[in-house]
Amino acid sequence: MTTATFAAPAPVPALARRPSLASAVANSFTLAWRSVLKIKTNPEDLFGLLLQPIMYLILFTYVFGGAIAGSTHKYLQQSLPGILVLSVVFATLGTGMMLSQDISTGVFDRFRALPIVRWAPLAGAILGDLVRYVISIGVSLGFGVILGFRFQTSALAAVMGCLLLMAFAFAMCWIWAMLGVLVKSAQGVQLYGFLLMFPLVFGSDILTKTNTMPGWLQAFAKVNPVSYLADAERALLTGGPAATAVERSLLWAIGIFVVFAPIAVAAYRRRTT
Amino acid sequence: MGGMKDVTNAIETRGLVKRFGKTTALAGVDLAARTGSVLGLLGPNGAGKTTAVRILATLLRPDDGEARVCGYDVVRDAHRVRQLIGLTGQYASVDEGLSGTNNLIMIGRLLGLSRSDAKTRAADLLERFELTDAAGRPAKTYSGGMRRRLDLAASLVGRPRVLYLDEPTTGLDPHSRNEVWGMIRQLVSDGTTVLLTTQYLEEADQLAHDIAVIDHGSVIATGTPEELKASAGRQVLEVTPASRADLSAVADLLEQLIGATPAIAVESGQVSVQVEPGSSLPHIVHAFEDRSIELAEFALRRASLDEVFLSLTGHRAEEETPAEAEESTKAGKAAAATPARELDGSAR
Repeated sequence: MTTATFAAPAPVPALARRPSLASAVANSFTLAWRSVLKIKTNPEDLFGLLLQPIMYLILFTYVFGGAIAGSTHKYLQQSLPGILVLSVVFATLGTGMMLSQDISTGVFDRFRALPIVRWAPLAGAILGDLVRYVISIGVSLGFGVILGFRFQTSALAAVMGCLLLMAFAFAMCWIWAMLGVLVKSAQGVQLYGFLLMFPLVFGSDILTKTNTMPGWLQAFAKVNPVSYLADAERALLTGGPAATAVERSLLWAIGIFVVFAPIAVAAYRRRTT
Repeated sequence: MGGMKDVTNAIETRGLVKRFGKTTALAGVDLAARTGSVLGLLGPNGAGKTTAVRILATLLRPDDGEARVCGYDVVRDAHRVRQLIGLTGQYASVDEGLSGTNNLIMIGRLLGLSRSDAKTRAADLLERFELTDAAGRPAKTYSGGMRRRLDLAASLVGRPRVLYLDEPTTGLDPHSRNEVWGMIRQLVSDGTTVLLTTQYLEEADQLAHDIAVIDHGSVIATGTPEELKASAGRQVLEVTPASRADLSAVADLLEQLIGATPAIAVESGQVSVQVEPGSSLPHIVHAFEDRSIELAEFALRRASLDEVFLSLTGHRAEEETPAEAEESTKAGKAAAATPARELDGSAR
């Protein structure tokens, strides 16, 4: 150790009784920066985020394409919007896993002993995750185009499609945030997450038409929010009537948000008091 | 200077009570740390030390009693208290996925430093804690000692007035431990008030101005290390025979003369036994001469804190009580304390 002094404690300016809103927002962005940085510095996380959409696209297109649609190109036009949904929905798990990890490793206690608003770590985790969704959407669309996907609508419609996905992912991430606060380990969040997500993602029309499914599954796939979202994306990226599907998926997103965000916040408050 | 109250005790608690279900972690604890001093909170694993620190760090609410930091109540004025404290220990940890630099920059930014100030502060602290070479590496690649130093650096980013160090050297090798001690002394000489919890008596003896001995959630003794040692009233006679072959003969003779069972330290070739003040030492020396046992060393010293602790609590410092085991599992820390304590460290 060097013998240099650590510098005496700084003279204390008048201490604020509460954190200001401006500092709360700034703190949330700092913590969002942290979670984005973690994507960058954690190779597994980064690879997962980049390679998963690529893997799904290659596998589904070449394995199912010929059988389902007669040609891989035809199938890609039909399945890319679905794979886009699948990749982004899987990416929403990140929030919950990170929250759970922070709580169990004691990083959270460090935050809680700092003079920042209590909700900043939660807001930071969710803000940071929006960046994951952008990456996921970007990779899925970009690689899809390389494989031969062609947009058949306007740029405006495509942007709307991306925004709709972001909105839906934002709503979904509150479910995992809730789990992340309640479940003790990141592995637990992942397990419960997949248990919930697989039926939701695959019990839908994202990969194939539903008309060969048994009745009960058709019924489920019909009301499944993921089906609406995939329909909406298909319409916005490749054409067709979009209004109903967009409206339904937005309603679902709002519904999920309205139910799970308050539960997640309440659980979070309990955990941090 | 406006915001802070002028107080003699930077840390003060009165009648602090905390229960976890059926376990009473704190049963009415009174503590006081004079501004600018080190208060050592000494007790076995699970005595309630960590619970007390968590309350003082605004992480837990007490069930009863009150705690003040620089005059501010930790419950009602939590935000102000958080502007004054730094916390490091078993539970507040660094982000393993971030580099050392980014960990410190993040905390600087959270504390309201500008980007460039946060960078400068991070670089300064990393240099002082000799982490510059590892600054860019993720913290998960750090050794235990490096991580502890980063943890300590993280708690200092905001130049805290009051620093909580919860078992800062548990699990560290002697070299790293000495480094941490050096840093603590430096901080205190710069005016920081430190609350140090430890189960190592030597650590409290070395660093603390005042000590509160805590066991089963209650403070059972307070005072300076010297006062505590004196209050136990006893002295220890240490006898080192010139030849190790005489070790057991020395022990037998001492037992016979003093009536207490001596402890034999085989490695150091030393026999030690507690004696009442006023025992006749010449008489003992003569007895050795009569038997022609040649002595290399014959010394009387005051009881060590470990011996004081034993006489106060009836058990050794590192023994775990059942309630403690429960709490330590809860906190998710390694339950077993490392056997790093060296009883005779102060004799070096």
